[in-house]
Amino acid sequence: MKEELFVSGRNIPNIDPVLHIWHWQIPLYLFLGGLAAGLIFFATYFFITGKTDKYNVAVKISPIIAPIAIIIGLLALLLDLKHTQFFWQLYTTIRFESPMSWGAWTLGIVTPLSIIWPLLYLDDIIDYFDGKCKIITKFLKWVDKIIIGKCHIIKWIIKIARKYQKIMAWILLLLSIILGVYTGILLSAFNARPLWNTSILGPLFLVSGVSTGVAVIMWMARDHFEKISFSKIDLMLVAIELFFIIHMFMGYLASSEVQQEAAALFLGGEFTAVFWGFFVGIGLVLPALLELMELFGYKIPIAVPAFLILLGGLVFRFIMVEAGQLTRYLY
Amino acid sequence: MRYAMAMDTKKCVGCSDCVVACQTENNVPHGYCRDWIVENVDGTYPELHLEIRSERCNHCGDAPCVRTCPTGASHIIEGGIVKVTHDECIGCGACIQACPYEARYFHPEGYVDKCTFCDHRVAKGQDTACVSVCPTRCLTFGDLDDPNSPVSKLLKSRKWKVNAPEAGTKPQVYFLI
Repeated sequence: MKEELFVSGRNIPNIDPVLHIWHWQIPLYLFLGGLAAGLIFFATYFFITGKTDKYNVAVKISPIIAPIAIIIGLLALLLDLKHTQFFWQLYTTIRFESPMSWGAWTLGIVTPLSIIWPLLYLDDIIDYFDGKCKIITKFLKWVDKIIIGKCHIIKWIIKIARKYQKIMAWILLLLSIILGVYTGILLSAFNARPLWNTSILGPLFLVSGVSTGVAVIMWMARDHFEKISFSKIDLMLVAIELFFIIHMFMGYLASSEVQQEAAALFLGGEFTAVFWGFFVGIGLVLPALLELMELFGYKIPIAVPAFLILLGGLVFRFIMVEAGQLTRYLY
Repeated sequence: MRYAMAMDTKKCVGCSDCVVACQTENNVPHGYCRDWIVENVDGTYPELHLEIRSERCNHCGDAPCVRTCPTGASHIIEGGIVKVTHDECIGCGACIQACPYEARYFHPEGYVDKCTFCDHRVAKGQDTACVSVCPTRCLTFGDLDDPNSPVSKLLKSRKWKVNAPEAGTKPQVYFLI
């Protein structure tokens, strides 16, 4: 039987013939949000477990990337809004049914806390960059002198934060998991996009985000022990990610027709090469192999697997957002 | 009160009068529309079957657009009509992603716009714009809670279907087949 469908009387920009209303801003934010979640998770986790000295970079230095990532991500989200002047409406209600409302409130709390955390270790961060990068060192010293030195409110906030740092760490630890899961749930809550509508997406995005955070930490780490420790954590995360990906496809293939068609985009369809090649191949398996070789004593610059993991994470989010919008119910 | 629409696929000729009436009544910007015509041809020549549908927002009983809206701009009013408050909408697009019927769009001014079941006309006791112009009278609008309303009677006497019932949205635009 042949079937043909004509739709007349509509040709709405970005919706017909295929939905394309979310562009680069959303996957970029999902990437940066996951990255920040990973950085904050390990900083607070090792602080709480009292391993600050052992994992110096993870607790004290790399968290400075988190607020930068979050702020760039938030700017991207703001750019995505079409009715931008009303963005504050997000903070006039709490809607428990809407993942985006959860995300907005989580970010509202995480953003200031993630700025305060690196301020507590500003001296260590200045030491880290001193002699390596003049511009950053100069900027951080300026922040230390002008913003912290002259502004009493910030001084007071830092004092309070130091006093209650353990409580702050617990709050951040919890929020970092919500932030990481949220990047996936944002998509999986849409029943109308069959590719996204799988509950494994939340955990998958969390693991992938944490793995990109680990990549940044191992890239920034200076001593061998910390590099290798995070390299091992990353290997474990890649294994979990691969398991989740297989699990996700098993779910699609055992589900309704629309989800089988969504999976077909990756199993012979137009996203096959980019997904298995650039994400799974170059962004997961290859860096994992390089990390394994490093563990067995081969000399491999840690920047290579770290960069590949970051690239893979970014590509993965772009693919999922693009492909998801192509999938829909048939009737 | 539960407003619903019945659309008779056996009577519709696909003239697009409903589309134009809606665009005029609701001042829909050029290039956009809140209702549209779908022509579905299936079979192999000479055994062909044609179904024409006039589609619009289904004003779902379980509306995913309202559920995913982060600000509450998408809401349900008396009679189950799904509406958008323009100055609460931030234009995030979550409701557009959530709709299995692609019934929503970004108005060029930024907010999300859609079919309102012509609630401004219904409040005055009139039919919606699309219903009032249909030359074959294939569209019927009314209250499903009233067993004697024309739409209730039609749904009792005729066979019908809804679009993508498996999406779980409980759509309220019924297609008579």
